[in-house]
Order: sequence, then structure tokens, then C-alpha cells
Amino acid sequence: MFLVLLLAPLLTGFVRKMKARLLRRQGPSMVQPYRDLLRLMRKEVVLADNASWLFRVTPYLIFAATWVAAALVPTFATGLTFSWTADLIAIVALLGSARFFLALAGMDVGTGFGGIGSSREVMIASLAEPAMLLIAFSLALVAGATQLSTVAAFMTSSAVGLRVSLGMALIALVMVAIAENARIPVDNPATHLELTMVHEAMVLEYSGRHLAMIEFASFLKLLLYMSLIACVFLPWGLVTVGSGPEAYAVGLVTYVGKLLIGGVLLAFFETAIAKMRVFRVPDFLGAALMLALLGTLLLFVSRSL
Amino acid sequence: MPALQDLILAGNRVQHHVPVPRAVVAPEIWTSATERLAEDHWTLLDLWGDRGTVHMALLDIKARYRGVISLECPDGRFPSVGRVHPPAIRLERAAADLFGLLPQGANDSRPWLDHGQWGLRSPLGDPMPASSESTRYRFLESKGENLHQVPVGPVHAGIIEPGHFRFTASGETIVRLEERFGYTHKGIEALMEGATLDRASKLAGRTSGDSTVAYAYAFARAVDVALGLEIPGRAAWLRVLMAELERLANHLGDIGAICNDAAFPLMHTHCGILRERVLRVCDGVFGHRMMRDQIIPGGVANDVSAEGQKLINSMVVEIRERFPDLIDLYDNTASLQDRTVGTGHLKANLAKQFGAGGYIGRASGRDFDSRRFFPYAPYDELNFEVPLLQEGDVNARVWVRIREVEQSLSLIEQILQRLPAGPHGVEISQANGPREASVLVEGFRGDIHVWIKIAEDGTIQRCHLRDPSWFQWPLLEAAIEGNIVADFPLCNKSFNCSYSGHDL
Repeated sequence: MFLVLLLAPLLTGFVRKMKARLLRRQGPSMVQPYRDLLRLMRKEVVLADNASWLFRVTPYLIFAATWVAAALVPTFATGLTFSWTADLIAIVALLGSARFFLALAGMDVGTGFGGIGSSREVMIASLAEPAMLLIAFSLALVAGATQLSTVAAFMTSSAVGLRVSLGMALIALVMVAIAENARIPVDNPATHLELTMVHEAMVLEYSGRHLAMIEFASFLKLLLYMSLIACVFLPWGLVTVGSGPEAYAVGLVTYVGKLLIGGVLLAFFETAIAKMRVFRVPDFLGAALMLALLGTLLLFVSRSL
Repeated sequence: MPALQDLILAGNRVQHHVPVPRAVVAPEIWTSATERLAEDHWTLLDLWGDRGTVHMALLDIKARYRGVISLECPDGRFPSVGRVHPPAIRLERAAADLFGLLPQGANDSRPWLDHGQWGLRSPLGDPMPASSESTRYRFLESKGENLHQVPVGPVHAGIIEPGHFRFTASGETIVRLEERFGYTHKGIEALMEGATLDRASKLAGRTSGDSTVAYAYAFARAVDVALGLEIPGRAAWLRVLMAELERLANHLGDIGAICNDAAFPLMHTHCGILRERVLRVCDGVFGHRMMRDQIIPGGVANDVSAEGQKLINSMVVEIRERFPDLIDLYDNTASLQDRTVGTGHLKANLAKQFGAGGYIGRASGRDFDSRRFFPYAPYDELNFEVPLLQEGDVNARVWVRIREVEQSLSLIEQILQRLPAGPHGVEISQANGPREASVLVEGFRGDIHVWIKIAEDGTIQRCHLRDPSWFQWPLLEAAIEGNIVADFPLCNKSFNCSYSGHDL
């Protein structure tokens, strides 16, 4: 649980560094996100006059929900302290409620940008969330449980083999992950253009520790999705319950290695592609939804696919 | 219907106005000229005020003829041009703010440059203390269901100039965009009054930072022709060398910046490297990255050594080597093309009506380039093409820039090969009586119009500088209509109009 807290800013820092290097820039240091968080925590909060209690509470809610969701993912070992408590559907629900509050807070102050950001975010979410649920169903049909530890344990076993439905679920999950984390081509995390923002537009009014919470939550979210993809589709090196400390150490190293590979791939992808028009995003996510649906359908048609 | 030439002949020709004629005309002729403008026979090049007079520079594209007509209005009123010819509206509002000249029958009587911060009204006409009550600036209305307004600026994120944009959108679709400028008004025209040529030349070069060469060039040419100076060949060629280097640097920067606004920073960094290469060479050769204050009346400030020429040459070779790869990258990135093709379409008839200069006009089928149309030395001896596209979208404006980069590279090569020897400037002769001049110089954004009046003692009596953006900003409002809010930064960057040059 604390591991994700420690690693999340580092992963974001790593992706930023990679992107900068790909653009032949020096780039900020990889630990810069930690410094940013510290700096924001120390700064005073500037609140709009008409901000309601909702606006002030939301950052903590978002952070808490995302943190819990991230802690539920078996990162390097199955059966971690927290993973028995809830399943994949709970993760989707936690992230969904975090987004719900963020969208409300975006509209709370009544600026034009917040409204634009919220409306775009909800448009994206309305397609990304069902896709995510369908992915969860596919996995559950294959593994026989929605419990992530069980899914991951099943994936490591030899019973899986190569399955079309899982391939589709993987692609769909990657697409959803890109949209959910506000990466290019859906959103640009590095932009300063208010009019093109999605996620950033909603949090424009936030400052100080509130902003730190929201930033931290988005770091966590990136880590969450990357861990999720890693644990479900690349489960090798995952430590099962009851192994010795050496196995845990190896598991940790493989986990960090997987994150590094994920970060490099993400940076390459983002550098090679431009952002798409806002109205293309539903097409993009619609494809994710269709793939997830097809994956589930195939499983109904034949359990071996 | 009279030709522009006849119209000017019918008026009172003003002595010592070069190189094109200026005539003081009667109100009827002014009105008939207005109608000809409204019927799109002529193009409005400029409209500006003076004490008790209003001037209008006109262009007859078919006859390749341009001239200036002036209307005396001692009572401070003149028949509005903007009433029937929209491109004149903002120029009239600016003239009303600065000189207190009121356009009769105008639809829009709101101030433009005057934000009520000067403590004065009509500072260049008969200054009056401003009324203490602050009047709210009323934006134009849009009526309809589910419309919402998004105010943007004047302070923006990122390093850009201030300007206010008021969007009215229905969902994501923009229904109306209204701009409000004047935040960077520096009072250049007021500072020019009574300035020596030396100081005035510096002021002109500070009108718009990215076009400092073009402005200094335009001003210097106006002084040269007004005083009848013979510019030595080497000086004329060096001026064009700087003008093309400026165009090259700005276009390279723009191409990258447009792609960056579509979240494709790869092009941005590569173009940024090339632009930086140009600027550093300029710094090494001319002693200033943007070549500010290098062009002065009578010639250029410093000569270019043989080593300097070698530096520029190696830079051109390098860009020629690396630029084609960038064009391929732009052309072959489908996700980028998806953003630029068909976005921000500017209709050809609007470009023609507003006389849009530069890449904006040339991407919408308006074939006008003052380097080609009213060639000034040594453009008449150089080989270059003026790219012309019909599509009018963001992609077309990028391609016009790409082609212009290639043309500028070729022009720089030609200049370096054929640069004549000789002095790089002449002494400025004293003005012999009042002198006036109106010149057009092609900056990277389009044609800059400069009108000067030199007093008998050799100082500037009145100087007016018209940035190409005056006619390009209103077109952005038209081009963005029906696009989505998220595409505005992309369209805006593809126009890349000047705030500073416009606000003066």
C-alpha cells in the first residue's frame, strides 16, 4: 500500500524524463514530481470566493479513492495485505466515484474552463467505464473470479494458453488506460492551452495542498493502470503467498522492470502521435468498448477462445 | 466606373508624396471610393487619421495601381467606410480613439485601442480629459438556446501576448468569437511625432518584436523614397538578406509551434533547433539575434564580412539537409494531418475582401505578395516563387510556410552569391521642404504599410505603421466559426497574428 505511494511519482517522473530525452531535451530530474508535491504542500491554498465545501473536500476524496484502488492491485505479489478486501469491480467503482467528484468540483466554481473540462471528462468516462467493466467480465469469465489476486494467480498458471478474448481485452485495457490517465492522444498532460485541456481544465482552480492531492492521485492512477496491465497480462514474476523473502525481492525487481518497460512504451507512443480532435475520442473509446464486448462475447460462444 | 487612377486625378494632388500619388478629395469622391471598396473592386490597404484629416490607402489589384486619398474633416466627422466595408471598422475605431475622428454612420462606435486607461481622450487630436465614469465594454450578443460564454485572456498561460477572446459556444462548437485588443498599446504613433529619423527608426523597429527587421525596413524605405536617397546596391541586398533571414526564422518557429498545439512536440523541438540555428547565425553576423536596429534610413548599420557570409551559407546548407525530413514527418503523421486538414477554413472571398496578406491570404487563393506586386530592389532581380494554395485550412497555411521557407533559402543563396561590393549606406540628406511617402514592405506575416510625413526640419511630423494583422485578426473570427473550442489554439497559431503590431 505504501509501495504504490512511493513509486507513483517516480513513474510519472520517469515517463516525463523519457519524453524529454526523446525530444532531445535534458528534461527535469526523475524525482521532480516528489519536489513538486512537497512544494505544493507547503504553499497556501487560494480559493475562489464562491467555492463550496464540495470544492474543498473533493481533493481528499479523490486521493483517498485512488489510493485505495491502487492498493487493491497486486503489484508484485498476490495476497498482499489489502488485496483480499475488494475486486476489480470495486476498483472501477472507486475510480468512477473519484471522477464523479472531480467533475462536480470542476463545475463548482463556475468558470468556463472547468465546465468544458467536466463535460469532456464525462463524455470520455461514459465510454471508458463500460469498456473497463466489460474487460473485468472477460477476465472473470476466464479466471472464474473478479478477485485480482485470483485472476493473477490463474494467469500465471498453465491453464490459460493463448486466447483471442484476452488479446482483445488487453488492447481495450490499454486504450482505456490512455484515456483515463489523460495521455496523448486523448488529452495532453503537458499543455498550457486551457481550451484544449480535459483533466487539467477541471483542476485549473486548484492550488496548494489541494492541487498536491489531485496531482498525487493522477500519479497513482497511472501506476494503478500500469500495474493492472502488468499483473493481469504479464503476470510472470508475481510472488505467490507463502514464498520466502528472496522471492519477494525478485518479485519486486521484476515489477519495477515491468513499470520501466511500460513507461518507455508510453513515452514512445506519446511522442509519435498527435492529439486527436475532441470529437474523435468517442470513436477511439468506442473501439475499446467494442473490443471488450467482443472479448466477452467470444467467451460466451466458446470458453476456450 | 472610374478607375482608381482617375479618382485620384479628380482630387487635389499633394506635392512631394512618393512613390504613389496622394490626393485630397471631396466627400462625394470619398463616398464613391467607399462603394467601390464594398463592391470588391479595390482593396483597402490602410485607413488612418491625422489632425483634421482622414487618409485611406487603396489598391487596385487588376490595374496594379495603388494610391492614397485624403478627406479633410475639420469638424472631426467623416463618412464611415466600415459601414459598407467591414475591414475598415477596426481601423476607424482606432482613428476615433487616437484622433477623435468620428465615422458617420458606423455600426460600431465602441472604443478599440482606448481602454479608458490613458487619462485622455483623442490624445493625438485635440486631447481632452477622459470622463471619470468608466464605461463597460459591451461584447456583441449571441442569442439562442444552450449557448454559453467562455472568456479567455487577456492573460494567457504560456509566453504569448495579451489579448481577450470571448467565445460563445454551443456545447463544443463555436458560434461566435469576438476579440478585444489594445492591451499592448505603446503609443508609437504619438512617440513618433517630432522624433528625429534616428529615433523614429528605432521606434519603428520596436513595433512588433518578431518583425523588427520588416518594420525597420519599411520605415527606412519610406524615408529613402521620401528624401530621394539613392541606396547603394550592397545596402539594398543586405536589407533583403535580413528580411529573408527573419522570414526563415519565423516560419520555422511557426511550423513547429502549430504542430505543438496539436500535441506533437517532436516537430516543435526539431523546428526549434533549426530556428535557433538561424538566430545564432544572425547573432554572430549582425550582433543581434533578431537583427534589431540593423536597417536604418540610408542603408544598413553594419556591413557583413566574408566570414559572416560563410556562416550564413553553412546554416543554409544545414537547413536544406534537415528540413525535408521534417516535411516528411509532418506529411506522414496521420494523427497530425487529421488535426490540420480541414480545420479553420478561411473562405477565399473573405480573404480577398479583407485583403489578407502573407500566408493567410496565400493559403486562401489570394495571390498577393508586395515583393512581387510592387517589387522593390533587389527583389526585381531575384528569382523566387510565391506559393499559392486554395484550401484555406490550417494545413494549407502550414504548407505555404513550408514553401516560403524553401523560397527564402533559395533567396538567401542567391543574395550570398551575387552580393555586390560597395558602401553599405549613404549620408541622409536634409529634407528640402515637407516630404511624404507611402510604402509597402513584405514582412513574414504579410504586407506592412508605412506612411510618413517628414517636416521641413527633418523630423517626423506624422508616421503611421499598419501591421498586416489588422486585416487578419477579423478573419480569425470568421475562420473559427463552426469549429470546436479545442481547435482554437491550433487555428490561432496557424494565423499567428501580431498583438503588439496591431495595438501599436
